Amino acid sequence: MTVIEQALRKPSEVRLIPFLVAGDPDPETTLDLLRLLDEEGVAVVELGVPYSDPLADGPVIQEAATRALSHGMNLSRVLALAKTAREQGVRVPLVLFSYVNPLIQMGFDRFAKTAREAGIDGVIVPDLPVEENEALRTACADHGLDAIPLVAPTSRERVRMIAGQAQGFVYCVSSLGTTGVRDGFSRDVDAFLEEVRRVSPVPTAIGFGISRPEHVRRFSRHADAVVVGSALVRLIGERREALQNPAKREQALAEIRAFVRELKTE
Amino acid sequence: MKTQLPLETQVDQNGRYGRFGGRFVPETLMYALNELESAFREAIADPAFHEELRTLLEEYSGRPTPLTYAQRLTEYVGGARLFLKREDLNHTGAHKINNTLGQALLAKRMGKKKLIAETGAGQHGVASATVAALLGMECKVFMGEEDVRRQQLNVFRMELLGAEVVPVRSGTRTLKDATSEAIRHWVTHVEDTFYMIGSVVGPHPYPEMVRTFQRVIGDEARAQFLYREHRLPDHVVACVGGGSNAIGMFAAFLADRDVQLHGVEAAGHGLSTGRHAATLSKGKPGVLHGSFSYLLQDEHGQVIPAHSISAGLDYPGVGPEHAHLKESGRVRYTSVTDEEALDAVRLLCRTEGILPALESAHAVAEAVRLARTLPREQTVLICLSGRGDKDVETIRAEEAKRR
Repeated sequence: MTVIEQALRKPSEVRLIPFLVAGDPDPETTLDLLRLLDEEGVAVVELGVPYSDPLADGPVIQEAATRALSHGMNLSRVLALAKTAREQGVRVPLVLFSYVNPLIQMGFDRFAKTAREAGIDGVIVPDLPVEENEALRTACADHGLDAIPLVAPTSRERVRMIAGQAQGFVYCVSSLGTTGVRDGFSRDVDAFLEEVRRVSPVPTAIGFGISRPEHVRRFSRHADAVVVGSALVRLIGERREALQNPAKREQALAEIRAFVRELKTE
Repeated sequence: MKTQLPLETQVDQNGRYGRFGGRFVPETLMYALNELESAFREAIADPAFHEELRTLLEEYSGRPTPLTYAQRLTEYVGGARLFLKREDLNHTGAHKINNTLGQALLAKRMGKKKLIAETGAGQHGVASATVAALLGMECKVFMGEEDVRRQQLNVFRMELLGAEVVPVRSGTRTLKDATSEAIRHWVTHVEDTFYMIGSVVGPHPYPEMVRTFQRVIGDEARAQFLYREHRLPDHVVACVGGGSNAIGMFAAFLADRDVQLHGVEAAGHGLSTGRHAATLSKGKPGVLHGSFSYLLQDEHGQVIPAHSISAGLDYPGVGPEHAHLKESGRVRYTSVTDEEALDAVRLLCRTEGILPALESAHAVAEAVRLARTLPREQTVLICLSGRGDKDVETIRAEEAKRR
């Protein structure tokens, strides 16, 4: 069992997977946030590699990625950031969320090797469906990295095939659409989650649109973990000036910590 | 003349042209792409679909478009004889209508009533809005804010036709971002929405499907040329942004090994300036908008903005079949600057009384360059993909700058 699976099988009512855009608002803050999330006992952290054309993301994450890119963030720097976080004692399993093109340019094998050495445990590539992911899965397997697939409510008969080759966990997309806060969720999503759970050999996590503690509690009944992305990224975005002002930084970090605690409350 | 859609293509079952193509999209879209592929295969195997499309192409769009011998241009150039395939004479002013008629009929067959499209110059947007009106469907067109500004007349045309134009404010605010936004909208509304892609780009089966609907250009031109000249052209020239008019033209000649094919990209301010859209000349293989092809990108895999005076060529990607045709050597790809394209606009206006779209002017410029080096017995066929009415403001502004 990989470290990601272990983390998602630990007894707990609520297993949280927060998502951060690496380098937003700056690399130093990302490191502080990683330490903070580790201290708060989240199950896994998803670290987003900023990309110029994020097809699966809504405006909140897209804008955060644009900010990070404008500060010169790129895949190599994200991996270096992860390595620094490990050196600073961050223990929580780390999953990289990256669009495929930066990985292609680095080369899958070099990517997987560098990522593993940097302390990354798994990778999610939102624009690499199972039909196209064989080369990346091979590279990941060679270097001990989990290749985590996504399933969507529209996957239908594809669910079994996707879950069948999953490592780490299966990332279930809550509903149609890009990442971003949603007001409500269809009733069908519970049945979808149970179906994935039934056929998946690894734990399941649900994401896209989950922003409030009651969502987290609701979905914790039907999935092993819950991903909160845009809501956290938005909070960080709203606090970015404070985070970069030494006089206000501690207060901003405390607010983010309070938000994560609230999400995790059982 | 009969317009027939041939089944033959080089694409394999995974949607690959050699190593290019494929499907690099969010999982949410995979079912829809499989569904689309099945519907497309059924449609092109169904004589009733062909008949309906043929009727619309003939009775609505005005096909076949003429083949024009450009006598005065030929005399001016003083080399090989130049011929124009007149896609500018299509309804709505460009080849784009061939594809939108095909895709909209397919959408109707699939029971979809909502169409979405992306557009740069507005030609695909206008063609999409037109077929939506014709078939009584809803239509949303995504367009970069910068292109909305550059192409106000086309924005107004789309709105007049009943479409909603959605300005896209992210990134470079041009076609690249309009396409990303259209895909994001499709991810959200995939269950009742048909996405009409305007070029031979995007995930499989789009490059193959758009090629199939655009092949009518090449099939007609080949037959017309044979009828008129009793032989095939020596050279065929077409402009390449995403590359749909070029693929439509080239498809009919790929098996004719003696016919030399030339694809012309936009060199913008010049290939060495970094301000161009010459993806095949200056890009590297990578993934953009669901397909593995050549791409303008930095060393970290971030897409870099393209530039061309022509909004329709201003795209950092290119269709995967072009990438394959480049690597296989079957097609020669070259580029033409903004200045050269503007010169070609003036030249074609003065010699033939034809105002070409800025996109098509790139093909004219390269054809003229080529014809000058060739003897009189040789022939060059140019795909004149669209007319220049939409570009008059841009051309006028450039003329003013020169004075």
